[in-house]
Amino acid sequence: MKGILSLTVNNRPGVLNRITNLFTKRNYNIESMTVGPSEQDGISRMTFVVDVDDEAVIEQITKQLNKQIDVLKVYDITNQSIVARELALIKILVTTQTRAEIYSVIEPFRASVIDVSKDSLTVQITGESDKIEAFIELIKPYGIKELARTGTAAIPRGMQIAHAKSATIV
Amino acid sequence: MTQKSVVADRKSGKTHYSGAEFLLDALKKENVEVIFGYPGGSVLPIYDKLYSSELFHILTRHEQGAIHAAEGYARITGKPGVVIVTSGPGATNIVTGLADAMIDSLPLVVISGQVATSVIGSDAFQEADVLGITTPITKHNYQVRKPEDLPRIIKEAFYIASSGRPGPVLIDIPKDMAIIQGESTDKEPEMDLPGYQPTTKPNYLQIRKLVEAVSGAKRPVILAGAGVLHAKASHLLKEYVEQQGIPVVHTLLGLGGFPAEHPLFIGMGGMHGCYAANMALSKCDLLINIGARFDDRLTGNLAKFAQHATVAHIDIDPAEIGKNVQTKIPVVGSAKEALAELIEQNGKKPEIDVWTTQLTAWNEEFPLRYTHEEGVLKPQRVIQMLHEKTNGEAIVTTDVGQHQMWAAQYYPFNKPNSWVTSGGLGTMGFGLPSALGAQLANPKATVLSISGDGGFQMCLQELSVIAEMNLPIKIIIVNNGALGMVRQWQELFHDNRFSHSIFQSHPDFVKLADAYGIPGYKVTTEEEASNCLDAALKTDGPVLIDFRVKQNENVFPMVAQGKGLDEMEGV
Repeated sequence: MKGILSLTVNNRPGVLNRITNLFTKRNYNIESMTVGPSEQDGISRMTFVVDVDDEAVIEQITKQLNKQIDVLKVYDITNQSIVARELALIKILVTTQTRAEIYSVIEPFRASVIDVSKDSLTVQITGESDKIEAFIELIKPYGIKELARTGTAAIPRGMQIAHAKSATIV
Repeated sequence: MTQKSVVADRKSGKTHYSGAEFLLDALKKENVEVIFGYPGGSVLPIYDKLYSSELFHILTRHEQGAIHAAEGYARITGKPGVVIVTSGPGATNIVTGLADAMIDSLPLVVISGQVATSVIGSDAFQEADVLGITTPITKHNYQVRKPEDLPRIIKEAFYIASSGRPGPVLIDIPKDMAIIQGESTDKEPEMDLPGYQPTTKPNYLQIRKLVEAVSGAKRPVILAGAGVLHAKASHLLKEYVEQQGIPVVHTLLGLGGFPAEHPLFIGMGGMHGCYAANMALSKCDLLINIGARFDDRLTGNLAKFAQHATVAHIDIDPAEIGKNVQTKIPVVGSAKEALAELIEQNGKKPEIDVWTTQLTAWNEEFPLRYTHEEGVLKPQRVIQMLHEKTNGEAIVTTDVGQHQMWAAQYYPFNKPNSWVTSGGLGTMGFGLPSALGAQLANPKATVLSISGDGGFQMCLQELSVIAEMNLPIKIIIVNNGALGMVRQWQELFHDNRFSHSIFQSHPDFVKLADAYGIPGYKVTTEEEASNCLDAALKTDGPVLIDFRVKQNENVFPMVAQGKGLDEMEGV
């Protein structure tokens, strides 16, 4: 099963190393991770997507992460209502014959063209992981020259949980 | 500048101090009694300040000796053992000790020198990525980037190392950070640890659940681990056990937490535990784990472990609960607070006479035993004699292997803080230096450093420190001319193919002791052993005794790897 963990951590040198090291040490596999500043100065938010056997493993990962001195909070948001997004940049081969057709694929996905050259288009797409997978599958036959994907960034939906969160992060 | 002049300068209004001065000042404020260390290039500025400070420093002969000594000190006192080593090889030499302290939850504050910030990352002379290397084996680590941060970092380090589940904290100090001056605010440094709030007080509802489970249990057993010792809760464990009449099994590291002579003590459980203890763990209907982490050497095959039991687990580290064994009643908190609350609740005592009678009967029917052979010195007998001659009052430190298991089996401990062994990491070479630390922690105690002939040779250089300080440690070598436990496994599981486990030659340990200025004896019979021990214990200084014991003696009973605790061999 897939688990999604959202962490707030002190933005200090070595913190990322300590956390990824923990995954290695405990033999947990990270499917994707993102790190970036949070709404508070000096505090970063990390989102981990992990592929594990069962919920007990996610619980154990959560507990181990919580033991880290520089980890402020860990939220297991696997079963919560969340907003999750990732970004992909895809450079697609185009010819005069395929150009129009590719545009017609891009549009329903609400992807946008961010760079155009004589024989390629670079497309930016954001969304949940599944949507990006689907888009890549559709576009593959035209020829993908280069592809870069971020990991998933996620936060719980709505005011209620957001409140609970800001109250616990101090 | 001396520590005195630092204080004087503060009064006179001086506000700038070097990192080394900040460091030593902060160590003094933590009431550090002894520092174990080894100087080198990157820590020269610190050692220069140490020269004129009042801090007591012991120069061990190897950094590994320093950190194991600090572990011995920490095990006995409960206070962080302090270590200073230089960058690169100095720091990599303490890696084993850090891993050992991490897994056995011993508080340490370790200062490692580092090359100057200007050359970090350039593969400079004696540079190693110490933060990277030690991250998985420390509770926390720091690299100092401003000298004025040191007072806060030291304060945090001591707090982190000794609170919650204890563990080692490393502080990496680049050479220039020890030299350059930082401004002192002269205020008490404020800790900045928003993500670290260990829970010591257990949840009331979970305690209630446990009280109810106990009152309804037919076959309850307490599994007491080192958490009881770390929390200094031995007296509360005894009080609770006597209140409820529940039998106790100890883990290897927990020995001494509950009196071995108590009628409700069943014995040590695990791979080389006694039959009754392992049957208690197998057949119980309620298992109350207090401060043990369900190590595989204790549980045997997990699928067969405590199959019919409701498991309650009291642990200060929430991540230990449910890690290896599914837990019905999780209690996050210190053993001390949890036991105090359980005693306070004074729940209905369970009716378990049949169960306790059965356990006692098993102990009588299947005691720990070995066969006497005329004219042969048996290692078990050596340990028994050590127990008799010291009235069971000594602090015992060991290496790892057969002698360690015999010591655990045949030296019953009645008091806490008398057993120092490397449980989780199983570190050979641990015994002699940890004895050094234990003796300094408790100068009046009789300290027995028990090693095998293999482990003894891994850190024997610390004989030099023991001789220099004339510490009255009795150094016992249980010498069977082999790596005993390896030999035993090869006999049992590898068709007697003794691949590199039998030593072809040894130094003369008596002459070796003599070279260090320590009286040494070789004994080969029980009578010699008895006389020699009497003489050694009367000697006011170190003595080394080389006990020549039977080579192919095995440790029994035993639960083979992969077997359940109720499938013991050699009972």
